Amino acid sequence: MIAFLVSAIRLGMTFLLGSTGETITEKAGHLNLGLPGVMCMGAACGCYAEYAYLTEAGMEYSPLLAVVIPILAALLGGAVMGLLFSFFTVTLRANQNVTGLAITTLGVGLSEYVIEEADVIFSKASKHFTAPLIPFADELGSFGKLVLGYGIFIYLALAIALITTFVLNRTRVGLHLRAVGENPATADAAGINVSRYRYIATCIGCGVAGLGGLSFIMDYLNGMWEYCVDAIGWLSLALVIFTVWKPNWAILGSLVFGALYVASSYIPGVSFAGKELFKMLPYVVTILVLIVTSMRNRRENQPPQSLGLSYFREDR
Amino acid sequence: MAKTDKKHTPLLHIVKRDQGTLTWQYKILIRAIAIALALLVSGLLITALADTDPIKVYKSMISGVFGTERRRWNAAQGMAMLLCVSLAVTPAFKMKFWNIGAEGQALVGGLACAAVMFFLGESLPLPLLLVVMIVASVVAGMIWAVLPAIFKAFWNTNETLFTLMMNYVATQLVAWFLKQYVESGSGVMDIMPQYGLPVIGEYKYLLNVLIVALLTLLVYIYLKYSKHGYEISVVGESENTARYIGINVKKVIIRTLLISGALCGVAGLLLVGGTNHTISTTTVGGRGFTAIMVSWLAKFNPLFMVLTTFLIIFLELGSKQLTSDFGISSSIADISTGIILLFIIGCEFFLQYRIVLNRNRKEATK
Repeated sequence: MIAFLVSAIRLGMTFLLGSTGETITEKAGHLNLGLPGVMCMGAACGCYAEYAYLTEAGMEYSPLLAVVIPILAALLGGAVMGLLFSFFTVTLRANQNVTGLAITTLGVGLSEYVIEEADVIFSKASKHFTAPLIPFADELGSFGKLVLGYGIFIYLALAIALITTFVLNRTRVGLHLRAVGENPATADAAGINVSRYRYIATCIGCGVAGLGGLSFIMDYLNGMWEYCVDAIGWLSLALVIFTVWKPNWAILGSLVFGALYVASSYIPGVSFAGKELFKMLPYVVTILVLIVTSMRNRRENQPPQSLGLSYFREDR
Repeated sequence: MAKTDKKHTPLLHIVKRDQGTLTWQYKILIRAIAIALALLVSGLLITALADTDPIKVYKSMISGVFGTERRRWNAAQGMAMLLCVSLAVTPAFKMKFWNIGAEGQALVGGLACAAVMFFLGESLPLPLLLVVMIVASVVAGMIWAVLPAIFKAFWNTNETLFTLMMNYVATQLVAWFLKQYVESGSGVMDIMPQYGLPVIGEYKYLLNVLIVALLTLLVYIYLKYSKHGYEISVVGESENTARYIGINVKKVIIRTLLISGALCGVAGLLLVGGTNHTISTTTVGGRGFTAIMVSWLAKFNPLFMVLTTFLIIFLELGSKQLTSDFGISSSIADISTGIILLFIIGCEFFLQYRIVLNRNRKEATK
């Protein structure tokens, strides 16, 4: 049971990072279907940086740098993909769905290439990511394991989600950002620089999502590269809807998704075939949430109004 | 006062083009430049990776697509399958219904076909079996597409996200089917060539190619000359206009998605019944997503889509050849496809807008 919850939480954090990043982007009115590609690139850049650093430093590497460098690289890798996406959708006003899918294709391809250049096993390095931040956690038995025994990513994810919620709902910047996503023409008339907000929000969002990709490899998979980061990206996209564009709800939502995803391995008596049906659950639940929110039509639970639409000032 | 104004007048200024004034030569020129640039960039990238000269790279790509008769048939088959899915998504896109679930719709179509072959193959005579296969695939594809359409029509549920999720439900359904019914437990279904669609002569892909060619014409005519096609474009341009002139928007959405789903079902049928004779979770292999870009690049014109599918298939098979000729990473296919897509997406900007230099900046601020 403990093992199940711990595993659900660790996977959930990946979803949380991915979906928080996407929420920031979507709040600015950008539906970034390139999220899977962004997360792949984040993971690959992070892993490559780790590989490069460890080769460079040899045996006497510093554990702190071994954690910080990949994290920065993942943020950067994601942000660069975000920059590419916003260049096309904001500056060139291209269709967001098509651009996003192209970014996914490019991101998956590039990440495979990057990772082929590096050593794919980071099990030693990943210990620095998974080692409990709170030193006495192991001594507190199962409680310690369940509540405190996590590496850096869970705290990062929680902090980012909470800060995002705060910024979105309680600050002027957040208000402007939401205005840009709901109705860019009005925001523009009010003197908000729509392009700048969209660029910055997309880059930050993609950086966070890239971090999510890295956390999947380094934390959940214990440093074993697998070519399935894009699947995690699509699930994170689903989580954004599941939690109706609220990063604080996403903290719980990510646990639900994580639990649903890993549940089949921990429930005794589930056949191999049954496991596959279990993995269907997150998607089915997301569809149900999507339907219910659209039927109830409550204003606070709707997608940002101009989600997926590029803004051109002279359009009527 | 004048000072601040001057500061706020930007150097460049973007104006929307009047679409009527664009000549077709200009449109083709812009796109040709974009494709040429993209091929150049990806060519240079590959040249750098493979450590050889660019001529050899392009030669190898061309030989990978046209080199032997088998390769030419493979290219034709690849084009037919991608084109079929692209045709399926086109009516919906023209209506601005973002159906990104073609992957799942084609996959359930294939699953239905495989299930019919698997369970009824022995008990039904072949002609009857073929009929059941066709009906099952088409109906399955329609169900997968019409669910999001109904919710979109009545409750305005976001179709992009709904159809996206349906893809993964379909994938998991196939995974479950394979684990549940394949007796060996390996999750890999044996091929059942004896129950496949008929083969014309010795060309195993000819039937697929012919069917898709026929469908291309039908979809072209349907969109361009039928009343339905007209209604689709009106709904796509403006739902309010459509409502005003008495088009039943809900009906059009649902009907169009039924057609979209049926075509995806056909794609699944051709993939399973006409090509692989088995099914796996990757049978559709991302075509559902690539199709969106194919259709969009061709501006939803089925005849142009033949060209855009060729472009994608050329890159895909050409890159495969590069991988085997020069031993470079197979990821190059995705990378070069991504590059070319972004270039073409970017070039649309120059068709939609033009950049005006604010020459009279100084006068304006006086």
